Amino acid sequence: MKVLKVTPAELDAMMQQWSKAHRVYAPALVKQPAASPNCAPGWRRVDGSGALTLSTGPTPASVKTFFFPQPETLLTYTLENNHPDKGLMREPEKSKEMQVVVGVRPCDARSVLLNNLPYQEDPFFQANRRRTALVGFTCDQSLSTCFCTQMGGSPLGSEGLDLAFSRTQDGFIVEVGSAKGEALVTGLDLAPADESEITALAARRQKEVKASSTELDTLKGRELGKLYDAPLWQPLGESCINCGACTFICPTCYCFDIQDEVVRGQGRRIRYWDSCMFPLYSLHTSGHNPRGQKVQRTRNRFLHKLKYFPDRFGPFSCVGCGRCVQDCPVNIDIREVMNDLLAVE
Amino acid sequence: MPTINEIVSEEIRAQARKLLEEGTVAAVIGYAAGTLPMTVRPLVVRSPEDCSKLIWNTFCVLNLANYLPATLKSVEPPRGPRDPKPEGPLPKVAICATGCWSRNIVVQTQEHQVDRDRVVVMGVGSRGMVSRRKVEAIFSGKEILKVEEGDHELIVQGADFSETINRWSVVRDNCQTCTHPDPVLVDVRIGEPVSERKPPNPFIQVEKIEQKTVDARWAWFTEEFSTCIRCYACRNACPLCYCPTCFVDDAKPQWVGKSLDAVDTGLFHVLRAYHCAGRCTDCGTCETVCPMGINMRMLTKKLNKDVLNLYGIEAGMQPDAPLPLTTYAMDDPQKFMANEVAPVPSMAPATLGHRGPVPGSVKEGK
Repeated sequence: MKVLKVTPAELDAMMQQWSKAHRVYAPALVKQPAASPNCAPGWRRVDGSGALTLSTGPTPASVKTFFFPQPETLLTYTLENNHPDKGLMREPEKSKEMQVVVGVRPCDARSVLLNNLPYQEDPFFQANRRRTALVGFTCDQSLSTCFCTQMGGSPLGSEGLDLAFSRTQDGFIVEVGSAKGEALVTGLDLAPADESEITALAARRQKEVKASSTELDTLKGRELGKLYDAPLWQPLGESCINCGACTFICPTCYCFDIQDEVVRGQGRRIRYWDSCMFPLYSLHTSGHNPRGQKVQRTRNRFLHKLKYFPDRFGPFSCVGCGRCVQDCPVNIDIREVMNDLLAVE
Repeated sequence: MPTINEIVSEEIRAQARKLLEEGTVAAVIGYAAGTLPMTVRPLVVRSPEDCSKLIWNTFCVLNLANYLPATLKSVEPPRGPRDPKPEGPLPKVAICATGCWSRNIVVQTQEHQVDRDRVVVMGVGSRGMVSRRKVEAIFSGKEILKVEEGDHELIVQGADFSETINRWSVVRDNCQTCTHPDPVLVDVRIGEPVSERKPPNPFIQVEKIEQKTVDARWAWFTEEFSTCIRCYACRNACPLCYCPTCFVDDAKPQWVGKSLDAVDTGLFHVLRAYHCAGRCTDCGTCETVCPMGINMRMLTKKLNKDVLNLYGIEAGMQPDAPLPLTTYAMDDPQKFMANEVAPVPSMAPATLGHRGPVPGSVKEGK
């Protein structure tokens, strides 16, 4: 793997260079419209002219929006009788333009790999993945709500990043993680990183691995029935207001619903974010709802992340970014839920 | 010396324990401490031992009345949907309530969602609740790790700072313009009563928007609601929203689109606000719980103003009065009615004849 040395001035120049050929995004630190043709919610398009500012901890919005847009048009059609396309459903013209997302944190980069497990055969997710490059910055500081180390990640991790920037005394060392990353640095006159800095980063990572906790992994071997019937769910479900805030801000919540929308005879089939917190999510056509109670829906979200998903795919479906911990209106804290689950006899 | 809220907390715990031990109530709705600074978690306590978890502080921003109907149901003996109501009185539930929350309990009673006889209101005079967002904005870019609360100040601490700020300066907007901080229903008084407040103009925030031109108002509306992610936290945290199926969740027919189209989002917010007209107590929970910081309370506040001006009614202030928008009075303002002196379109027989018979009307003979 190639490791380069980049100064802050060179970083600005790189972003300017990328913005000539690609769409370049950086985290927005002020409110951004949730739906707008030219930007992704929580992110803003940049041209490298201003300095990149990153807040401590996860970016305000997750990178989910680039791979799993809200909404995504799957097919289009017309209801006009005389139209030659009448009765046909067409795939919309998809943008092939590369998008370069700058300022991604290691937690979010891992979330893309995790979502990729259920979406391995999803053509839309995969197409978005092909055209998106993630340029990440490892974390020198964490927030009190960060718990990536418990979930199998690391604040210094480069997993899932095409380019991973880590701070050094006078700039960054940059690990090139993929062919997409390679393409982003091709043609730029960048020096290889000093051997001493590479060793220093490896040593910091080693220390991080030792400090991280793998206690949660024992959940994977636990009997589902006991976790399912644990007494913790009743009070938790009672406090939960069943809004979709946690699922929508979560980088690893990937559920969707599909609908047809017709405006003035022109139709589109869209898929949009759904939330297992909503009763409609699990409502059957018969009228029966297998998760008709609030407590069942609350339990489902946590057990999906901590039991069903790992049983099926291996890792937990949570990267420990702590966004839900910060923003839950009723302070439901997944860290507390994990501890309570571990305590289940 | 203990702070006012420490005294209130102690009284809540003592009264809750007493009510549960005596068997007066089967459950108490209150707050437990949160895991982060400036957060609390609504909690339903069912045993005297758990009462030690109850707390009261200046961050109790969620309207507990939202939990009342479900908690009342949860303490009833289990029965099938077609089983008759059991004989004798059903178990009661105690709830901590400030001015606005108690007014919501009045509205819930008026709307037959709650049986007043089954509720024991533990009335707490509100001193105004603090907006976590306002505090975070002051310390933007720094992580707040601890907030200590005095009666009139907050000591905000982080890894490398500790600052004292004035409490009232970060109290939520709705609390700053609140006129009725003391509960209108009190079965068990907690702490000292709080007197009525007279803010110079309770609708000042709304009037700032009203004074804008139509274009500027539209720009405000578009911008304010553009970040909505449709998580429905505002709806779900609201004690007024108890429809079994909300209009946004209806699939047959579907009233509102599901994507983030500005028209759909705007429609949701406007309709939600109108559903709250004459019922909203301006408790501010909708605004508080929004993860995107949208100021949707301005819509309901505007309607509160209109209902007050048109009918002279503030929601939940008169337990025995009917709800303003479900009743009709002869002297109700009706500016929307057509003016009687306006010319009435002529219904000359010739015109009717020209149009021919109305489709579907019954024809006599052949």
